[in-house]
Amino acid sequence: MTPALAFDLLLIAALLWSAARALTIADVFHAVVLFIVFGLLMALAWARLSAPDIALAEAAIGAGLTGALLLDAIGHLRAKRREPEQ
Amino acid sequence: MSAALLYALAGAALFAIGLAGLLLQPHLLRKILAFNILGSGAFLILVGLGQRDGTADPVPQAMVLTGIVVAIAATALALALARQLLDLTGQMRLPEDRPDAEPVDD
Amino acid sequence: MKVWLTALIALLCSGLALALGAAMLALPEFVVRLPGQVTANLVDSGVAHPVTAVLLNFRGYDTLLEVAVLLLALLGVFALSHHASGHAHPSAPAHPVLQTLAQLLAPLMVLVAGYLLWVGAHAPGGAFQAGAVLAAAGVLLGLAGLLPAWAQPGVLLRGGLALGLLVFLAVAVAGLPQGELLHYPPALAGALILLVEAGLTLSIGLTLAGLYLASAGWRQ
Repeated sequence: MTPALAFDLLLIAALLWSAARALTIADVFHAVVLFIVFGLLMALAWARLSAPDIALAEAAIGAGLTGALLLDAIGHLRAKRREPEQ
Repeated sequence: MSAALLYALAGAALFAIGLAGLLLQPHLLRKILAFNILGSGAFLILVGLGQRDGTADPVPQAMVLTGIVVAIAATALALALARQLLDLTGQMRLPEDRPDAEPVDD
Repeated sequence: MKVWLTALIALLCSGLALALGAAMLALPEFVVRLPGQVTANLVDSGVAHPVTAVLLNFRGYDTLLEVAVLLLALLGVFALSHHASGHAHPSAPAHPVLQTLAQLLAPLMVLVAGYLLWVGAHAPGGAFQAGAVLAAAGVLLGLAGLLPAWAQPGVLLRGGLALGLLVFLAVAVAGLPQGELLHYPPALAGALILLVEAGLTLSIGLTLAGLYLASAGWRQ
C-alpha cells in the first residue's frame, strides 16, 4: 500500500462519509456545513486527479458560492420561523 | 486499478448516495444538497473513467468545468424557487410531503 | 409502509452503485485517445494550456451555451426575487471591521482575478476561475453593504451581465463568413480567446455574484 493509495482511500472515505452525513444529520445548518466540507474535499480529489482547473473552480464555485447561497437560504428560513404566525 | 478508476468508483457511490437522498428526503434544502452531490458523483465518474489509464485528459476536464458552473446556476434557481414556496406556504416541503400538522421547526 | 419504501429505495440505489462499479471494472481498453489529438492541435488553438484550448476553442460552442444558461438562471432569480420584496426584513448595518476588510480585500481579489485570466493561456486558470474570484469579491462587498446597486439593477450593471455573452456571440458570428460558426483564424486565435475570456470573466463574476445578491434576502 503506497502512501498515495492510502491517501486516496482516506479521501474517498471522507468524501462518502461527509456526503452521507450531510443528507442524514438532523439540523439543516449542520448539513450545509458538511456540504461545504464535502466541496473542499472534492477540490482535493480533483487535485489528485491531475485537474487543477477543476480544483480551483470547485473550491471557489462548488464549495464557496454554493455554500454562501445555501447559508443565505437557511438564514431566510430561520428568520421566517421567528416571525409571528399571521 | 489506477487511482483514477478508484475515484470513478467513488463517484458511482456518491451518485447512489445523492440519488437516495433526493428521493427519500422531503426537506427541499436537503434535496438541493442531494442534487449537488449527485452532480459531483457524475463529474468524478466522467473524469475518473476518462483518465483510467493514468494520463490527464483535458476534454472531460473541460466538460466538468462547464458542469460545475451549470450546477451552481441550477442550485441558485432551485433555491430561489424554494424560498418562494417558503414565503407562500411557510413550509420548506412540497405540499404532498408534509403532514397536516404545524410547520416542523427545521 | 414508509419504512419498506425507504428500504426499497436504499436497496435499489445500492444496486445501482454496484452495477455501475461492475460496469466500470469491466471496461475495455481505449479505442480513441483524445489527449493526443488535443496536443497535436494545440499549436493552432492559440493558447498553450490544453484545458483552456478545449474549453474556448475546440469545444467553444459548449461554453457559449453555458454562458447563456448562466444568464437564464440569473433572469429566473431576478424574476423570483421581485415577488419577495414585500417580506424583506431590513438587514443589520454591516460591522465596521467587515467593511474595512472588504474594502481592503476587494482590490486584491480583482488583481487575483486578472492574474488568473491572464495565466489561463499557459497554466491552470482562465475565465471561470477568474470569474469565480470576482464573484467572491462581489459577495464580500455585498455582505459589507457596499453594493447597493443590486436592489435596482441599472443599465451599466445589466450591460456588464450581458457583455460576456454578447462578446462571445460576436466573435462566434464573425467566423461565419469563413464557413462555420465560432471559427478562429489561427493567427488571431490567441487574441480572440483572450478577448472572449475577458468578457466572460466580467460577466461570470457579475452573474455569480448576482445569483447571491439578487436573492430575496438582500432587498434593502
